[in-house]
Amino acid sequence: MSYINSIMPALLAGVKMTLGVFFLTLIGAIPLGMLVSVGLIQRGKNLFAQAGKALLEAYIWIFRGTPLLLQLIFVFYGLPLIGIVFDRFSAVIFTFVLNYAAYFAEIYRGGFGAVEEGQFEAATVLNMTRWQTLRYVVIPQVLKIVLPSMGNEVINLVKDSSLVYVIGLGDLLRAGEVATSRDVTLVPLVLVAILYLIMTLLLTLAQRRVEKAFSYYK
Amino acid sequence: MLELKNITKRFGAQTVLDDLDVTIEDQKTLAIVGPSGAGKTTLLRIIAGLTPADSGTMVYNGAPTTAAALRKQGVIGVVFQGFELFPNLTVLKNITLAPTLQGVSAAAAERHAERLLAQLDLIAQADAYPYSLSGGQKQRVAIARALALDPQVLLYDEPTSALDPNLRQSVAELIDSVKQQGMTQVVVTHDMEFAKMVADATLTVAKQGSESNEA
Repeated sequence: MSYINSIMPALLAGVKMTLGVFFLTLIGAIPLGMLVSVGLIQRGKNLFAQAGKALLEAYIWIFRGTPLLLQLIFVFYGLPLIGIVFDRFSAVIFTFVLNYAAYFAEIYRGGFGAVEEGQFEAATVLNMTRWQTLRYVVIPQVLKIVLPSMGNEVINLVKDSSLVYVIGLGDLLRAGEVATSRDVTLVPLVLVAILYLIMTLLLTLAQRRVEKAFSYYK
Repeated sequence: MLELKNITKRFGAQTVLDDLDVTIEDQKTLAIVGPSGAGKTTLLRIIAGLTPADSGTMVYNGAPTTAAALRKQGVIGVVFQGFELFPNLTVLKNITLAPTLQGVSAAAAERHAERLLAQLDLIAQADAYPYSLSGGQKQRVAIARALALDPQVLLYDEPTSALDPNLRQSVAELIDSVKQQGMTQVVVTHDMEFAKMVADATLTVAKQGSESNEA
């Protein structure tokens, strides 16, 4: 027990890093993913609209098509070569937001597809603008539709945050590994697993509450 | 008076509407009838500006116009076959959303909506969400939502088809009561009996474009 007490401060410091990455990524990626998704579903016929859409599709392809680990390395070690320098934590948030926004955008796109065309038409004949239609009618429905899939991604994010070790940041898993190799015992990693389970349990409960909050209509 | 002249619409190789003329008289109810697949709904969508015609012109009160211009001026209201209420908004918000977005004050929009709800016997449902309403109630909300923008012409796509058959009479009475308030209405229906109940004039759209217009 005293051993556990002795390593807990290091593990909790790791939890702090994990949670920091988690919340900042969500705050950035949830709205950014929505913007990307709105760009993806636009049907503009002009060159500008088409080029914008192609650019967004390329962005999603790159960020879903390569490992997040690799992206972290490129952003932190690669971008300085062309003069863009991030500190470690900013590099992590920048990369995680772009990576998760790409996944969120695709989830939202599925949500947009699930809203009936008639909803857009009803808004059109009520003389609502495209933006008003999205803001007041469609996006609220999309958010409800995507909640279960978003829950999955959010729980993945907690675990993905362990990748920050690759550019030298200490998160929960890293703290556990350090203690395990120093003290030659698996106890720290058992604690790490328990701490991850507690975090994902809290997230699962939070997800149910959010789903309930959205259940005022069908 | 809204006139459509020489309206033609093709989907691929198939001509759905061939050189069709339509005259919509003020404060009358025009029924557009015909078998399914004849292009009745397509015609309604052209008037509403949801589907572009391949050729043809529109004239409103003697002046040339377009479906897009009519929409911008708030001339046309539409009651969809599936009603298309916004499920995330209450009945009252469904009705007040568009007017408030177009600059009507929230208080004025609500007063207007409450008047419409009272006329349509929906006062008790003001704070309900659409999923909890019966089909007939949803239709009346859809009518109230369209009327809240004070259109000159109200279009109905198959108003009886999503409802219980024995509601037909009450839908006819509803359309008649809207007419009594001076509304010009266009009703697309495959139900000839129903058309006879509501129509001042009937336009028959036949398959492959032949048509007849009779008063």
